[in-house]
Amino acid sequence: MVSKKASRELAAQAVGQFFLLLGAVIMLLPFIWMLSTSLKPPEEVITWPPQFIPRRPTFNNYIEAFSAAPFFRFFLNSLCVSSISTVSILLTSSFAGFIFAKYQFPGRTLLFLIILATSMVPFQSYMIPFYLMVNRLGWINTYQGLALPLLVMSFGIFFMRQNIVSIPDELLDAARIDGCSEFRIYWQIIMPLSKSAMAALAIFAFKNAWGDFIWPLLIANELEMYTMELGLGMFQHRFTVDYGSITAGSVVSILPIITVFAIFRRNIIEGVTLTGLKG
Amino acid sequence: MVRPPGRRVMRVQTKRYLFCYLGLLPVLALFIWLRVIPLANTINLSFHNWNLIKPFKPFIGLQNYMNLFNDRLFVMALRNTAIFAFSTVVIGMALSLALAVALNRPSRLTGLYQTLYFLPVITPMVPVSVIWKWIYDPGYGLLNYILSLFGIKPIGWLMYPNLALMSMIIMCIWKNLGYNMIMFLVGLKNIPAQYYEAAAIDGANGWQIFCHITLPLLKPILLYVLITSTIDGFNIFTPVYVMTTGSQGAPGNAVRTLVFNIYEEGFRYFKMGYASSQAVMLLLIVLALTVIQLRVFRGEDAGASIQ
Repeated sequence: MVSKKASRELAAQAVGQFFLLLGAVIMLLPFIWMLSTSLKPPEEVITWPPQFIPRRPTFNNYIEAFSAAPFFRFFLNSLCVSSISTVSILLTSSFAGFIFAKYQFPGRTLLFLIILATSMVPFQSYMIPFYLMVNRLGWINTYQGLALPLLVMSFGIFFMRQNIVSIPDELLDAARIDGCSEFRIYWQIIMPLSKSAMAALAIFAFKNAWGDFIWPLLIANELEMYTMELGLGMFQHRFTVDYGSITAGSVVSILPIITVFAIFRRNIIEGVTLTGLKG
Repeated sequence: MVRPPGRRVMRVQTKRYLFCYLGLLPVLALFIWLRVIPLANTINLSFHNWNLIKPFKPFIGLQNYMNLFNDRLFVMALRNTAIFAFSTVVIGMALSLALAVALNRPSRLTGLYQTLYFLPVITPMVPVSVIWKWIYDPGYGLLNYILSLFGIKPIGWLMYPNLALMSMIIMCIWKNLGYNMIMFLVGLKNIPAQYYEAAAIDGANGWQIFCHITLPLLKPILLYVLITSTIDGFNIFTPVYVMTTGSQGAPGNAVRTLVFNIYEEGFRYFKMGYASSQAVMLLLIVLALTVIQLRVFRGEDAGASIQ
C-alpha cells in the first residue's frame, strides 16, 4: 500500500508548489502595478477596470517627479549618510569584535554584555534626548547629524566577534613571533580573513541606514538635506492623489536598490541570512 | 643582558591589556555618547514636566507615568501596537515557515523564488508604503478591483483606524515574508537527512516529523526571528506616517502606535517629558518581551554565549 501514502505525499507537494507560485505572484504584483501606473497618462491612472499595460505609455510622470523634487540630490544624501554609517560600523565592529574574540582581560565579559544589552534598546526609545543633543551641537540639517545615531551597531560587534572567534589562534601567535604588532594582526590578518562576514555586515548596515525614516524626519527639514526615504515620504504627502507622479517617484527611489540587488543577488541574500544566523 | 622571564611575560601581558583597553576606548566612548547617555536622559526627562518651548521644566516624579494610563490616546496606541506586533509575528512566521517547507526540496526554481520573495525585503519601507497606499485606494486601487471580481463592494481600507491597522499588518507580513522564509530555509537545509530517514523508518507521518524533528531543530532560528520581529513590530512607525496621515501631516485618521504617539507628543506638541515616559514604556515592553521569549524558548542565560 505504498501508492496511497505516495499519492498523499504528491498531493501535499502539489499544494505546496501552488502556494509558492501564488505567493510569488503576490510578491511581484505590487511592483508591476507601481511600474505600470508610473507610465500611464493621468486619465488612464483612474480608468476602471484598471489596466496593467498602459495604452499610451508616457514618461511625463517621471519628468514631473524630477521637476517637483530633487531626487538625485536625495539619492546622493542617502548614499553619503549610508556610506559614513557603514564604514564606521565596519571599523568599530571588526576592531572591537576582534578584541573581544581574541584577548582575555579583566572586565571583558562585563563590557561585552553592556554593549550586547544596548542591541535590544530601540532607537525610538531615546530619540528625544538624541534630538536635543544634535540640536545643541548645531547639527540639524547636516550629514554628521544624520549619520550620528548610525555610527555604531552593537549587533555588529557581536556578529564580528562570533566570526573572528573561529580564526585559529596559532595564526596570530605565528605573526607575533615574526614581530607583528597587535594592531597589524588586526589590519593584516583578521581583516582579510573575515572579509565575507564584513561584507554581510556591510549589506546589513547599509540597508539599515538607507531605510532609516524617523531620524531624518526629525532632523532634516531643508529639502537639500532630505534622504531618499524622507524625500519620497514628503513628496507623496504633497501629491496626495496624483498617483502617476507618486509611483514614478517610488520607481526612481528604488531603482538604485533594485539595480544593486540584481547584480549582487546571491551575495545579498547570503549576507542577510548570515547576519541572522550568527546573531 | 637576559631579563628574568617572569618580568618579560608580565610586560607582554601589560602591553596586551593596554592594547585592549586603548582599542576599546573609542568604541566604548561612542557607545556611551550615542546610546547610554541618551537612554539615561530619556529616563531623566520622563520625570520632568519638560516642554521644549517652556523655560520652566519642573521635576514631577512619576506624574507623567500616572497620566499615561488615563490618556485615551496612549492606551489606544498600546493596544494597536500590541495587536500589530502579535499579528505580524504570529501570522508572518507561520506563513513563511509553511512556504519554507514547501520550498525545501531540490528544484530549479528555488533561486527564482528566493529572488522574488526577497524583493519586498530589500525595498525600503517608504516606497513599500507608497505602493500599498495606492493598492488600498478606495476608488481606483488594485485590491478593491480584485475583490470586485468576486462581487465585493469597494472598501475604504485606510479610512477607519481598525481596518487601517489590519491593512498595515497585511502589508508588513508581505514585506517580511521573504526574509523569514529564507532564514527558515537555511535552517531546514541544515537538518541532517538521516533524522528524517530514521523517523520515516520508525513509521512517523509528515506531521509528526514536522513537530518532533523540524521544529525542535529549527528552534534557534525561530527564536531569533521571533525576537527581532517582535522588536520591529513594536517600533512600527513609517507606514503609519506615510499611509494614514494626511497631506499636512494631519493625524485625522492615523493609526495610533506607540512610536507615532511619541513622535506626536514630542515633536508636534513639544511635550518631551511626557513623550519620554512613553518611550520608557516602549523600552520596558520590548525588554520584557525579549527576556520572556529567551527564557521560554531557550531556558538559559542570555549572556551565556560569550563563555
